[in-house]
Amino acid sequence: MESIRDKVAIIGMGCTKFGERWSVGLDDLAIEAAYEAYEDANIEPKDIQACWFGTVTAPMIGIGATHAANPLKLRVPMTRVENWCATGHGALRNACFGIASGMYDIVLALGIEKLKDTGFPGLGTGRGMGPVLEARRTSPGTFALIATRYFYTYGLTPEEGKATIGKIAVKNHYNGSMSPKAHFRNKITLEQVLNAPIIAWPLGLFDCCGNSDGAAAAILVPAREAKRFKDNPVYIKGLGLSFDPLLPHTRPEFDWLNWDCLVSSSHQAYEQAGIENPRHELDLAEVHDCFTITELIIYENFGFSARGRAKEDIDSGFFELPGGLPVNSDGGLKCFGHPVAASGLRMTYEVYKQIQGKAQLPERQLKDVKLGLSHTFGGPPQVSAVAILGKELG
Amino acid sequence: MSKIVSYGAYVPLWRLSRDTIAAAWGRPSLGGERSVANNDEDTVTMAVEAVLDCLSGIDRTTIDGLYFASTTAPFREKQCADLIAAATDLKAEIITTDFGNSLRAGTIALRAALDAVNSGSAQNIVVTAADCRIAYPRSDYEQIFGDAAAALLVSKNTKAIAEVKACYSISNEMYDVWRLDKDTYVQSWEDRFIIEHGYLENMTKAISGLLGRENLSAKSITKAAIYAPTVRAQQQLARRLGLDPKTQLQDLLSNDLGTCGCAHALLLLVAALEETKRGDKILLASYGDGSDALLLEVTANSSQIKNSKRAVKGYLASKKTLPSYERYLSYRGLLEPQPGEPFRLFPSASVSWRERNSSIRLHGSKCKNCGLVTYPIQRVCYGCLAKDNYDEVRLSDKKGKIYTFSLDNLAGRSDDPVIPQIVIESELQNARIYCMMTDCEPNEISIGMPVELTFRRIYEGAGMYNYFWKCRPVREEQEMVRWKV
Repeated sequence: MESIRDKVAIIGMGCTKFGERWSVGLDDLAIEAAYEAYEDANIEPKDIQACWFGTVTAPMIGIGATHAANPLKLRVPMTRVENWCATGHGALRNACFGIASGMYDIVLALGIEKLKDTGFPGLGTGRGMGPVLEARRTSPGTFALIATRYFYTYGLTPEEGKATIGKIAVKNHYNGSMSPKAHFRNKITLEQVLNAPIIAWPLGLFDCCGNSDGAAAAILVPAREAKRFKDNPVYIKGLGLSFDPLLPHTRPEFDWLNWDCLVSSSHQAYEQAGIENPRHELDLAEVHDCFTITELIIYENFGFSARGRAKEDIDSGFFELPGGLPVNSDGGLKCFGHPVAASGLRMTYEVYKQIQGKAQLPERQLKDVKLGLSHTFGGPPQVSAVAILGKELG
Repeated sequence: MSKIVSYGAYVPLWRLSRDTIAAAWGRPSLGGERSVANNDEDTVTMAVEAVLDCLSGIDRTTIDGLYFASTTAPFREKQCADLIAAATDLKAEIITTDFGNSLRAGTIALRAALDAVNSGSAQNIVVTAADCRIAYPRSDYEQIFGDAAAALLVSKNTKAIAEVKACYSISNEMYDVWRLDKDTYVQSWEDRFIIEHGYLENMTKAISGLLGRENLSAKSITKAAIYAPTVRAQQQLARRLGLDPKTQLQDLLSNDLGTCGCAHALLLLVAALEETKRGDKILLASYGDGSDALLLEVTANSSQIKNSKRAVKGYLASKKTLPSYERYLSYRGLLEPQPGEPFRLFPSASVSWRERNSSIRLHGSKCKNCGLVTYPIQRVCYGCLAKDNYDEVRLSDKKGKIYTFSLDNLAGRSDDPVIPQIVIESELQNARIYCMMTDCEPNEISIGMPVELTFRRIYEGAGMYNYFWKCRPVREEQEMVRWKV
């Protein structure tokens, strides 16, 4: 099995403003993200040879790649990708394979989600695999199951537990306050987090990410060709993807803390990227903070924190911008919201921009980012996807 | 003659104080409280509970018939008995049928079961009756009615609780209480007319007829389980028949339950059987479009038969008070609150049919190779990857403990906004089940809390009622908690 390391480069990326984009549709979002990426890559739309397009909440009968082909007028092989919340990473990953295989020279990976046309504020209820067996299952309702069990296992009172994850929300909102493209750009206090209405106990309003519209895009070329397009391409160092074999809800003996798909997907990417100690070697991580508890268990499953010890790192500010490993420097899903298929590419956009030193505002630019990780985690949840990006070849 | 070999009952957890109903309308209260089915209960789910109570400790493969009686069945066209039989995990090779329309449907179903067993066409028939009748808001009936279910197992089995010695029936055509095919609410004619020429006249005929034919005096009856629309009517009848209301009448359960339609006579019989001794003579009588009277002789002492049953006493003792009259109206669909968030996925008849053993029978799979139990049924074993090598195992009668939970404010109905999402660790090899919790106080839920499974109507979608199992705090446990406090 070969590694993907240093075979593919990103030469351009685009990301829309995330938020309640009432005045634009799926097609407009595609144009906004793709044309920023074209411009960034210094290419023409006609240079694209293939496209992998992700969207999740489309009608069940399917939509193919119509919402990418129609607005962008692409006349190339196009594939729709869907893999729960890892859809954006799915588009990126498959586009990487298109390049690494030698079949194509320039490809587009695109993730778009239009959530605000549904008429209700959440992702919806009864979103499970079956209308009966998982009736009334919601995303917050499920991720809250992790928090309850985590607090219980590590002996945190509900107050201690909520304060611990609440600090993640405060951190991400602080970071998001400096992100021009974020949906929410307000700083919040721990007191606000703890006093917010409960969405799915123990998760309150600020423990949950918003519902937004958004899109992001990446243009990929073979690594050896990248410098022809620009001076500062960013290289794919590792790609991980893992799917757990049964819903967590009914998986025998599952402890709701040790997530095989998180461990496995991160290890696949670390191994390809040559990372032995992610806590020290990574300069930035954009991880799937759909809920604050999710970010906490990712710390522990990705090897950023020891098992049961995330609280110490949270309390010490290890994951804040000036900390040892900044996590979600752009505000994460907490501030961007989670237009499902766009998120993986939006996070990758942040890593890409930070590596290039182009994080719009100087106060949020991290120093000397050489190696960054983006990650999405989704489904019941059941799937995890990781991409590691690097500044230099080798 | 055929015999009653087991009994069961079900009373919903929720009770509504009659003072609360009366206060809503500025009317006098009849006192006490009535039972109220939860918003996820109907006559099918209540009957399932009663049948499970009745069949506890009994090999379900021996059952070859299930009769269901109700005047408030959830379906006009589609059987309920087959659904109850599936949820209670009875075998497919049985006779199922529904009885309805009459308040006498419960005893008519019982008579039909007795006849079938007597004739030898069936060996063991479960008879269950459930009702959840809706009265006009503000009416007396609204305070009088209650929701409940009862079940009896009829058999020739020698280990009987009681033997049915004789039956006597009267048919009578009149409009006294009725509902048209399009009616939601029970209608009735003037009380004085329907009590005198309906209830008293027909009940007297049937009971006197029965006693006369059997050469028995009223004095020889140990306990009379006599249905009545009100306590007053029951007392009037007792006096007419020469029964001593103080010693011979089974309490009507009107103070803490209400009058439960066609299930009520069977509930009274169950309540009577809970307190009997060998040799007692029980009179069972029901009313509705005529009257049925049955004479039973008890063949076992109640201490021998109670075992794990909750029956009427157990279920009545385990209760919670519904906080408001509005909540009751909303639970019955009489008041339409703001709708909750819409569902994304609608049920499919074919999917539900394919998954029926998992979702209705609550079967999991037990791997024949490694022994792992998984829910729902898995064709490829999670533990050892053995393919199509499993036995189905029933999880519905196993208790469990909460492994983790959340209290979801998004998914609920607006009249019941918090949905507890529960991961259960079953006592059967720690199999995990994911479901909602019902009949609970959300803020009392904790990891490790013991739960049991209960069959519920989870929502309406695609023109269908959809049923699945939920969990609830073990009902005895709730009683114990209350006693400690």
